[in-house]
Amino acid sequence: MNKNTIYALSTVFGKSGVAVIRISGDQSLNVISNLTNIDTTKIKPRYTYFTDIINKKTKEILDKSLVIYFNSPYSFTGEDIVEIQCHGSKAVLNSVLICLSNIKGVRLAEPGEFSKRAFYNNKMDLTQAEGLADLIDAETSEQQKYAIKQMSGSLRNLYNSWRNDLVKILSYLEAFIDFPEEDIPQNLYDDILNTVFKVKTDIINHITKNNVNERLRNGFRIVLTGVTNAGKSSLINSLTKRNAVIVSDIEGTTRDAIDINLDIKGYPVIITDTAGIRETNNPIEKQGIEIAKEKINEADIIINIYDTINSSPDILLDKEKTIFVANKIDKLSQIELDNIPNDHIKISAKHNQGIDVLIETIFNIIKDKFSNSSGPLITRARYREALEDCLDNLECFSLDKEIELSAEDIRLACRSIGKITGVVEVDEILNNIFGSFCIGK
Amino acid sequence: MNSFDVIVVGGGHAGCEAASASARMGCKTALITHKIKSIGEMSCNPAIGGLGKGHLVREIDALDGLMGRVIDKAGIQFRLLNASKGPAVQGPRAQADRELYKKYMQEYLSSQENLTIIEDAVEGLIIKDNVISGVVSSNGEEYFSNSVVLTVGTFLNGVMFTGHKTSVGGRINDVSCGGVTSYLKECGLNVGRLKTGTPARLNADTINWDILDKQDGDENPTPFSFSTDEITQKQISCFITHTNEETHKIIRDNFSKCALFSGLIKGVGPRYCPSIEDKLVKFADKTSHQIFLEPEGYNTNVVYPNGISTSLPADVQDLFIHTIKGLENVEILQYAYAIEYDYVDPLELNHCLGVKKVKNLYLAGQINGTTGYEEAAAQGLVAGVNAALNSKKSEEEFVVDRSQAYIGVMIDDLITKGVDEPYRMFTSRSEYRLYLRADNADLRLTEYGYKIGCVSDESYTVFKNKKENLDKFRSIVNNVYVKNSDIEYFDLPIKKENGKKTIFILMGMGDVSRETICKILPDLENVSKEVYEQLCIESKYSGYMKRQLSDIEIFKKDENVKIKKDIDYSKVGGLSREMVAKLEKYRPETLGEASRISGVTPAAIIAILSYMKNN
Repeated sequence: MNKNTIYALSTVFGKSGVAVIRISGDQSLNVISNLTNIDTTKIKPRYTYFTDIINKKTKEILDKSLVIYFNSPYSFTGEDIVEIQCHGSKAVLNSVLICLSNIKGVRLAEPGEFSKRAFYNNKMDLTQAEGLADLIDAETSEQQKYAIKQMSGSLRNLYNSWRNDLVKILSYLEAFIDFPEEDIPQNLYDDILNTVFKVKTDIINHITKNNVNERLRNGFRIVLTGVTNAGKSSLINSLTKRNAVIVSDIEGTTRDAIDINLDIKGYPVIITDTAGIRETNNPIEKQGIEIAKEKINEADIIINIYDTINSSPDILLDKEKTIFVANKIDKLSQIELDNIPNDHIKISAKHNQGIDVLIETIFNIIKDKFSNSSGPLITRARYREALEDCLDNLECFSLDKEIELSAEDIRLACRSIGKITGVVEVDEILNNIFGSFCIGK
Repeated sequence: MNSFDVIVVGGGHAGCEAASASARMGCKTALITHKIKSIGEMSCNPAIGGLGKGHLVREIDALDGLMGRVIDKAGIQFRLLNASKGPAVQGPRAQADRELYKKYMQEYLSSQENLTIIEDAVEGLIIKDNVISGVVSSNGEEYFSNSVVLTVGTFLNGVMFTGHKTSVGGRINDVSCGGVTSYLKECGLNVGRLKTGTPARLNADTINWDILDKQDGDENPTPFSFSTDEITQKQISCFITHTNEETHKIIRDNFSKCALFSGLIKGVGPRYCPSIEDKLVKFADKTSHQIFLEPEGYNTNVVYPNGISTSLPADVQDLFIHTIKGLENVEILQYAYAIEYDYVDPLELNHCLGVKKVKNLYLAGQINGTTGYEEAAAQGLVAGVNAALNSKKSEEEFVVDRSQAYIGVMIDDLITKGVDEPYRMFTSRSEYRLYLRADNADLRLTEYGYKIGCVSDESYTVFKNKKENLDKFRSIVNNVYVKNSDIEYFDLPIKKENGKKTIFILMGMGDVSRETICKILPDLENVSKEVYEQLCIESKYSGYMKRQLSDIEIFKKDENVKIKKDIDYSKVGGLSREMVAKLEKYRPETLGEASRISGVTPAAIIAILSYMKNN
């Protein structure tokens, strides 16, 4: 299936309160009918429509926006273009972008694709005349920055492991095709089938679990760990009392009694209280720890609280995303205070000491990830699209087909995942073949 | 007067195609070789074709080149590799009678109009201000031309190794030519070293054939050339044997004597053609490796043992070969050797195989860092045609791109990525594999070849006839739907609930015989086998082809945007200094080529685009 209508966020998030989403291609009008109640048979080109943006599935109104339609060839790409000017908040943008990506035949633009289309349709001058440097910027440098380097360690490892699996089986298939006269073990076929099944299942789980919509609506995940009596409850109390506000639970959603929704300087967060990870033989406790582990893995930030007198920092935690908090500093001598590592935040939950510093730290981390630019939003949308494409190709795969067709399915799957993790070059496949099999007739 | 339109130096597989192509284009051409009787020599394995390589031969043939026709006459065992897999990945392969191959190749060349064959050793190039105008032989004879094609194979400073013993030469019993390299270096070309090897040759009369496994050719040999109707010569068998633990022990005990491991050889060898010592190191747990014993012809006792090339000294070769089943008492006619030679970094070339820094100079074959007869021949053809166009001062260039042919894949890989080992073709190198098939090489290339002038009227007429038939019947089968009554009557594998299907779709389903299909649509009875099979293959891949063709369309768009040859990247706004340096080094000719250079970002591509638009 060819998706030739493309969309991109043309403004850089944070620069203004208004965000512009541009859609270019023959499905552009279809996008309007999918997102608004405007009658596209009567829509006038280059007129501004003030309208609700609606998620037609849930009937939810996402935003009130301005919509403009530029008919081909009188647009800067030369194709039908629709411009949506909506509010710049990340929640709005995210939900609009998700609705967009669910429309058939529409996909995120490749870096530079808008400009290229303009060039091919002899509209490059317009691109410049209209001063669309921002667009090119948004299409290229900003999004390029958010390559795999921007991912968290665990996400990067996950995507890379799928890529490696796919490269491995593609090299097996290619070995069967290109080296029919060498003895290549036939039992590899089992390995191929198992690997495809595994990657497929993993991706499905990942996509459903990491639903961006759900995540952004519900906020950033902070997991609070620490042994009993380290001061977790007092800390939560302090946080809720101070600069943060309790946000009521969303109706109808099931959640842990210990999940607390907060709003830290405008960013929604959820704080989950856990016992932390430690070795135990008690089966019930073990189960609890498994759940805690999962929460910790999913967390954006981990706050590890220890009370400096009876407990110590949890060294098993992922340091990259952990904020260590030393509690009960009011009970310490100066020498003891000096022994606390510099990068640990010193508080007294009971006396509301140091809470501002902690809130500022949390805020800075979130801001770093979310507010610099549109990057993360678009990047996530790109990941999702790439993974869904990858999945589509894996769904087509079967060993009952002729081998060159099975190989084509896997090659396309590799190409999709390569959009996230870096292109899979032929040489990598050949390297794998020559590394795994003794070729040399 | 020694004056020509085009001079081709070298009579190997690249040289033969280059000279023939240039002469076919109507240019007064000279092929200069140091030994006329070696023209068309198969220096290594006596076989043509295989996966990817067989595709190249079909493409050469579609452009009226020689290789396919010659091997069809000289082949003594034909096998279609991957016959049980789909047509896109089937590769025709044939063992050749080495002498017959040379004989027919030389016959084709000597009967070629406009072509003069000269026996002389070229030692120098006549270059002034980076423009070449001819070549000089070792005894001072000068030859002049508008274009020069160098196809000197492994002869540039060739050094052969048998153990620690070295000798100078481009092939066993042949001289080396070192002079040419220094001329190329003087012009600023980047020159490196590569390595390859060839196994020992064995005396057939001393092999115990009775105890070995036989491998026969196909009962119905598949010809390489579109012009060959049938293979008529007698087919012979090959045999298979294996190394064993004793063999491996002897080799291991003598590792220190290998030229390869002692550091004597600096060039990089191909990973897919490892020496036996390489195999033992890399796959230490394998206790046995297969060896194909391939006869080199009808009237010779020379056998080529495929799989045991080595740089071990002669006495160790003697020892280990005699441990192999069937070879216990074998006589070794010639010992294996490794060879190291100069090659020119292919990043110095453009899509025409012209040298960017030296006007009128073209390179083809192993000198460009490739390996294999087919790879060499395909480059020879492209270089020959372009040398001819250049000589005629034509505005046109003969450029085959990645979406058109394996030839295009190879040249594009070479000139955008360079090589770090001898480059060999594999089908996995092509992103359009389902489209670049052996069966449709003529549909992909013959029209273009005819337009440019390297395909004869005669070949073109045959092709046109086939194509017209194909188009006619394609439109018929695409417009006739299979009737429900036929589905029931013939018990066809079509599910009625999935909607109506055309005859075209039915043809790709595979398990319906031609006989049945002809009963449903009697028009098809008169279709040639060739056209009928072509339609079946097209149908089989039609689902995947849509996507591949749309990929090709996108690819072509960028490929058709030519970047001016004299573009000054330092003036392109928004490029980093590294990016400018990179683009200056590669000097891509098209936007597509630029985007395939590793590290060139989409932002850089857009910057180049807008610069071009404004200038």
